[in-house]
Amino acid sequence: MANQIIVKDLNQVSIRFSGDSGDGMQLSGTLFSTLSAIFGNEIATFPDFPAEIRAPQGTLHGVSGYQVRIGSDRVYNSGDKTDVLVAMNPAALKVNVQYLRKGSIVLYDTDSFQKKDLEKALFTTDDPFNELQLHDVQAIPVAITSLTKSSLEGMEMDNKSMIRSKNMFALGIVCWLFNRPLSIADRLLEQKFAKKPLLVQANIKALTDGYNYGNNIHLTASTYQIETVEYSKGFYTDVNGNQAAAYGLMAAAEKAGLELFLGSYPITPATDILQELAKRKDLGVKALQMEDEIAGIASAIGASFAGRLAATSTSGPGLSLKSEALGLAVMTELPLVVVDVQRGGPSTGMPTKSEQGDLNQALYGRNGESPLVVMAATSPTDCFESAYWASKLAVEHMTPVILLTDGYIANGSSAWKIPDLEEYPEIKPHYVKEFEGEAQTWKPFLRDKDTLVRYWAAPGTPDYMHRVGGLEKDSATGIISSDPANHQMMVNIRRAKIDKIADCIPELEVMGDKDADTLIVGWGGTYGHLLEALEGIRKNGKKAALAHFKYISPLPKNTEEVLRKYKRIIVAEQNLGQFAEYLQGKFGNLNIRKFNRVKGQPFLVWRLIEEFTKIIEEN
Amino acid sequence: MEVKNIVSPQEHQPKDYKSENNVRWCPGCGDHAVLNSLHKAMAELNIEPHETVVVSGIGCSSRLTYYMNTYGFHSIHGRAAAIATGVKVANPSLSVWVATGDGDSLAIGGNHFIQAVRRNVNINIILFNNKIYGLTKGQFSPTSARGFVSKTSPYGTVEDPFHPAELCFGARGTFFARSIDVELKNSTAAMVAAAKHKGASVVEVLQNCVIFNDGIHNSITDRAWKAERTINLKQGEKMLFGADNEKGIVLDGFNLKAVTIGQDGYTMDDVLVHDATVKDNTLHLKLALMGAENDLPVALGVIRDVEADTYDEDYAKQIETVQQKTGKKSFTEFVMSTSNIWEVK
Repeated sequence: MANQIIVKDLNQVSIRFSGDSGDGMQLSGTLFSTLSAIFGNEIATFPDFPAEIRAPQGTLHGVSGYQVRIGSDRVYNSGDKTDVLVAMNPAALKVNVQYLRKGSIVLYDTDSFQKKDLEKALFTTDDPFNELQLHDVQAIPVAITSLTKSSLEGMEMDNKSMIRSKNMFALGIVCWLFNRPLSIADRLLEQKFAKKPLLVQANIKALTDGYNYGNNIHLTASTYQIETVEYSKGFYTDVNGNQAAAYGLMAAAEKAGLELFLGSYPITPATDILQELAKRKDLGVKALQMEDEIAGIASAIGASFAGRLAATSTSGPGLSLKSEALGLAVMTELPLVVVDVQRGGPSTGMPTKSEQGDLNQALYGRNGESPLVVMAATSPTDCFESAYWASKLAVEHMTPVILLTDGYIANGSSAWKIPDLEEYPEIKPHYVKEFEGEAQTWKPFLRDKDTLVRYWAAPGTPDYMHRVGGLEKDSATGIISSDPANHQMMVNIRRAKIDKIADCIPELEVMGDKDADTLIVGWGGTYGHLLEALEGIRKNGKKAALAHFKYISPLPKNTEEVLRKYKRIIVAEQNLGQFAEYLQGKFGNLNIRKFNRVKGQPFLVWRLIEEFTKIIEEN
Repeated sequence: MEVKNIVSPQEHQPKDYKSENNVRWCPGCGDHAVLNSLHKAMAELNIEPHETVVVSGIGCSSRLTYYMNTYGFHSIHGRAAAIATGVKVANPSLSVWVATGDGDSLAIGGNHFIQAVRRNVNINIILFNNKIYGLTKGQFSPTSARGFVSKTSPYGTVEDPFHPAELCFGARGTFFARSIDVELKNSTAAMVAAAKHKGASVVEVLQNCVIFNDGIHNSITDRAWKAERTINLKQGEKMLFGADNEKGIVLDGFNLKAVTIGQDGYTMDDVLVHDATVKDNTLHLKLALMGAENDLPVALGVIRDVEADTYDEDYAKQIETVQQKTGKKSFTEFVMSTSNIWEVK
């Protein structure tokens, strides 16, 4: 947490369309200019024509392009690098490599990346990205030409004219990726184009279909980057949050000496965790794509019972489906890690957008008194740390752990120092061999008297055959029981076991001016934005402090002590105040001001600074 | 893949698989007999109790787990097959069993049931079919006959039932057997065969709920006519039935027909020979669907028993193959082998 980091919002996106000069770039140019006019200062374009207007098709000399900059507010030119390259052919990719930075998005037309196209652009292999050493771009392959043709089928146009609209199809995809509404197209419609109405109609159709295509296949691209300011010595790589979460599970399994098992089901934006782990057979990972969300968690619970580090990955609607099984894991006191990559809700909501709306579901979304550990990762790389710790707490305390991440940190990437696992804390599963009595006297719900953790006896272990299940059990014998006093005791024990975990997690840190009147409080994936806002406020000469939560259930031991020190607390979160109400419910009588944005978009740092400063300036 | 030999060096008795818990089923419930058969089957297989896992869902039959001195998991409604899949894939050397009912596996857990069968996970599913919800005191189930009157269908149901075998074969099941609860010898034999079969095995036990659906299988199981209305299929033997084995099953066009040998020109040569190991399941399905409605005896015994690759074993093999090809990696070795690594000095 102490790392100095910078969050980079792409409020403005520069998109470079690049293709053959014969591809109808001039027409595209006109259209972009029109777009520019409609958007006023929200869009800026500049053409990048080749020296040779009609060089041979597909060659490096023939590449021409347009750069468009679209913004959510003020647009200004900041450097000449491009955020998105739309490469209509391999030559366009090659010529524009110089403009790409780390993490740039390259949307390319697979229809024109065939063998002969690659040869024309003087590529010698069939993998242009590898040949250009483009390992750190987000490549998005789309059959743009053929999709455009299908889009315009039935219009009274020749093939060639249809293909000319492919830039608009690509622009539609980009509008989807960067959340620019299709009102662009609507506004275009409002304009009068007397001369070529058919062409305009075709272009708008292609634009709309491109947008819908992105929507339909849940295309996402990261627009959120975290850059570490100070690098310490070591080896680095880039990871996004989903990758990092998968890595954290892998590292924890190795450290604990356990085989890793993931039971999952594809769901945006969490699918990458399943995909990443499915690849890791070289590490002995078992990652099963099951028939549904319930089977995903059920198989993981089975694997946990069988003595493995078990996990399941999902997003909000999937977590809803897993509720009953999570209750089973609570009742049977089996270790389990559930990674919930939060997205816009409720219901199907906004699958590709980010939100912090699942906190209450994670805390309370089960029947009965059903406590478990809830954590929230704070950045893409913290997904590694958090998944590691979630696994550690799960197997050491015999409990399910819900790790909340979100669409933004899941897809956002960051430089990550490859960790030395030697430096990570040991993970010691609470095996039945730690039980001090004779095997014959052991029962499944006997506990360590300090931590209240029961012992893990996996099938295959002689002399410890036992039965667990969803029915309440007698605390001493482990036999099913509906005795009133026993149930009260078991309910209390399950709660106390989770509360005691507060002894094993780091205390809450306060950043900024510890003697300020105002404490900004956040949790999970908003860390980078809140930290930037804190720095901004302090640079403006105001005092403020920040406490950012990663452990939510249980809370760090010093939470109340920290909160009581401040005159007012701003709880900023991407929901309608779930964490604020949780804190108020726990401690009571806190002067909490809620700051809530539920737009599916990350916080804007400048807006945070503006709003927080207003609150700070109140008496 | 190395699968431990879980056959015990010492000889186990049925009581070794019996837990100390009091059995709480109703007196006269068919479940008692199924439990006894399972204890006997495990003793016959001589598997180690500590290498054996019984997973169940919810319902009367799912309480079976508590009466086993093995590892056991009494889970939630319908999910036993998915949990058992996790257990088996996590540790393929375990002998994994599922105890489940018609409501548990064919209604709320229908998807998990067919998917486990489709994947051919090497688990043994004992499906207690009493055509009723017993634990909730008598509602119709997905195997209740059309028109069945129950507390939730006071005027009779207006839906057709599942035949478990049809579902199993629809999911490309490789093993299906059927037995009657109180016939311990046959039930035990079916369970032993299920355990020996590599892949997902389904044993449908026609079980009597003495309280809420007493006598539901009487039209088949009553001694007065059982010999006429059932047939015990035996691998490699003629399909004969009747009090004196005087009847047989023959092929009549595309259909099966019950005939009396020596009548209407049918001889012993016409009677079909049972082969559970044929890959094509057409005849197995026809055998499994035999019943009074088509003037045929209900088939008991192992109807289908076909070898096929299993999910759990193939998953483990795939890991082995990849590790042989790329080398078994530690976490750090893996991360350092990814592209795009740079060093800050």
